[in-house]
Amino acid sequence: MKVLMLGWELPPHNSGGLGIACYQLCKALSKKDLDIEFVVPYRADHGIDFMEITAAHPQGVAEVIRSGIAYDSYKYILEDGTEEHLDIYAQAQLYEQAVAKLVEETEFDIVHAHDWLTFRAALRAKEAKGCPIILHVHSVESDRAGGRGNPLVHEIEDIAMHAADKIIAVSEHTRQVIHREYHIPLSKIEVVHNSIEPDDLVPLDSNNSYRYLEELKSQGYRVVVNIGRLTVQKGLPNLLHAAKEVVKQNPKTMFLIVGSGEQYYELLSLSAELGIGKNVLFTDFQRGKKWRDAYAIADLFVMPSVSEPFGLTPLEAIGYGTPTLVTHQSGVSEILTNCLKVDFWDIKEMANQITAVVQNDALRDTLHENSYGEYQRMSWANASHKVENLYKEHLAVAV
Amino acid sequence: MSKAIVLYLHVHQPYRIRHYTVFDTAVQHDYFDAAFEDQESNERILKKVAEKSYIPTNQRLLQLLQDNPKFKLSLSITGTVLEQLERWSPRALQSFQELCATGRVEIVAETYHHSLAFFYSRAEFEMQVDMHRKKVQELFGQTPQVFRNTELCYNNDVAYWADKAGYKGVLAEGWDPILDWRSPNFVYRPAYTNNIRLLMKNYKLSDDIAFRFGDQNWSEWPLTADKFAGWLADDQEATNFNLFMDYETFGEHQWEESGIFGFLSHLPGEWLKNEHHTFMTVSEVIDNNEPVDSIDVPDTITWADTERDLSAWLGNALQTSSIQALYDLQEDIIRTGDFSLIEDWRRLQTSDHFYYMCTKYFNDGDIHAYFSPYKTPYEAYINFMNAYHDLKFRLSEKGVAV
Repeated sequence: MKVLMLGWELPPHNSGGLGIACYQLCKALSKKDLDIEFVVPYRADHGIDFMEITAAHPQGVAEVIRSGIAYDSYKYILEDGTEEHLDIYAQAQLYEQAVAKLVEETEFDIVHAHDWLTFRAALRAKEAKGCPIILHVHSVESDRAGGRGNPLVHEIEDIAMHAADKIIAVSEHTRQVIHREYHIPLSKIEVVHNSIEPDDLVPLDSNNSYRYLEELKSQGYRVVVNIGRLTVQKGLPNLLHAAKEVVKQNPKTMFLIVGSGEQYYELLSLSAELGIGKNVLFTDFQRGKKWRDAYAIADLFVMPSVSEPFGLTPLEAIGYGTPTLVTHQSGVSEILTNCLKVDFWDIKEMANQITAVVQNDALRDTLHENSYGEYQRMSWANASHKVENLYKEHLAVAV
Repeated sequence: MSKAIVLYLHVHQPYRIRHYTVFDTAVQHDYFDAAFEDQESNERILKKVAEKSYIPTNQRLLQLLQDNPKFKLSLSITGTVLEQLERWSPRALQSFQELCATGRVEIVAETYHHSLAFFYSRAEFEMQVDMHRKKVQELFGQTPQVFRNTELCYNNDVAYWADKAGYKGVLAEGWDPILDWRSPNFVYRPAYTNNIRLLMKNYKLSDDIAFRFGDQNWSEWPLTADKFAGWLADDQEATNFNLFMDYETFGEHQWEESGIFGFLSHLPGEWLKNEHHTFMTVSEVIDNNEPVDSIDVPDTITWADTERDLSAWLGNALQTSSIQALYDLQEDIIRTGDFSLIEDWRRLQTSDHFYYMCTKYFNDGDIHAYFSPYKTPYEAYINFMNAYHDLKFRLSEKGVAV
């Protein structure tokens, strides 16, 4: 069986969870009796040997320079040497054209496409070959935008999901959102939870990058960390409002906010307005050691998301030794038992639970110990079994 | 030689802590007053259990006592449930009093607050046993002769204490590693004592009723009174079958639809068909039988879980640190002489609070989850610690440095 996988990014050239989820899923799938050709919209070396990676380039484009942030504009260098900046919509359109060309010369049995940026390309493949298409929804427009979102993106999602043979949602939360917003019958949507591969976690080294926080901790301070894009769906204003209440109860609490995004300055101002400027540290976007160390320095990792299709960061935090508080409005809360859970709007309860942890090492340690047990049992194998079965089901129907 | 069923039922309800946040600490001291519709509402739960279990079960027990002169049973009723019955279901309380008025229902001694005080403060423990005895005398007009510790916690020290305190018997789990080749169906003597006797629960027979009765996958389902009586009759040697269980087995753990009330109503009739069969209370079985052996229990056993140890209450750091913190306040709390402060401190000692914090089976969402009003053990702990901090705040208001 040959799968044409349409994606937008793969590590190390990824900006977030989408690339990691695609990578891990394909890696687990590659252990099965099937071939994967993974199409990305740029040319780069990924150091991946378990599947074929193809760059879908429109004719005349020599190179695509990506910025670090997803959904940002890319620089396209054409073969005649001229440069052109294309926004995300133009890029998706180019990708679609390139995939349409690609499918003419490629043999495959089924198309598996990840998120709206690749959905039109998937439809073109179905048009040309009549093959089944499976759309994998890692997030929908309303998750990303906070409201109804961009009408154009909404429409692409709407049409593609109706035309799809099957939809994979990364959580029950997302399945319900798809059903609610696009009126797709629930029977057409299968939940395949994301996971984590504990063995792939890059280990910590002996010294932590956050010296100042280490020093404060030795003076009895406790550290609460969030890592993620500073954008509407992540719910950070609520965390800062809760932080104000926590600091009132326990002044020796520091909040470390790791990430960048359009809410950056708004959040900086908000922490000052709330009078907790001294207790909130912003580090901007971090990779590698400083990113890992942020998880490790924490006494509690909080993911206050308003709507989180899955949410990998809490699992990474647990891997790096930190217990977690997540919102009920997240996919990860469906598979993680030993963590604290609140509704994203319940600032008071969020503050109550954070306070409990920072005032009490026994709670922190027991929470982590039990969640670590769950974490160690996680793997992508289960997700890949489910996906393989979906392939088989739909190929049987197609034949 | 007659053979006796020793039926002993344990009645208890804790004062559950409401959703009590850090913003309530030092502001409101009403830890136990959840809104009626909330999961943790003591009033709602008490009224529900009274309707589903206490009142219908007592009605049948009273009928059985009236119909069968040889039918007898023993009850333990904690102070915390007696208070709640007085407040929210006088009718159910009265039905317990009517049972005792027959003279064939014996009340067993225990701590008033269903606490683990025995392991943390002997003075506090004795105070609570004393409070319970007075409450039983006041409501039921009898003085307990046989002691049971909370959750059937038992070791040689418990027996030694109960012996010195003048009890004629003490109850424990008939756990195989302790009994070894011996049967629980006899009266024993605790090691290092002379006067007191030990009754050990036959957990296989007890659990057939308490846990397996309604399980349709169980090979013995459906369990009928004559089948059960037949099993007991088959044991030629036994002198007493110690059927110890939670009272709420009837109508609450096993719902009425399971046929549990029919089983209860028919068991005495089936059992007493043989003239050598009888029922005895815990004191009677001790008075009528010589001990067959002595039993040595150096490590604490309980009647809970497959481990039969204290790990359901004191198995993780949340549990051990919170209970220790609570008992560390003892001296300061008692010294205030403030009745409401002392009483709130005692209500927090009830073992159920620590049971709700148990994480060992949390992943499987099993029996611990069923018996907890909280979604997670962590929530239980957070509520408890916020209440604990409020106790400290109240102490500090009285000028006590904490």
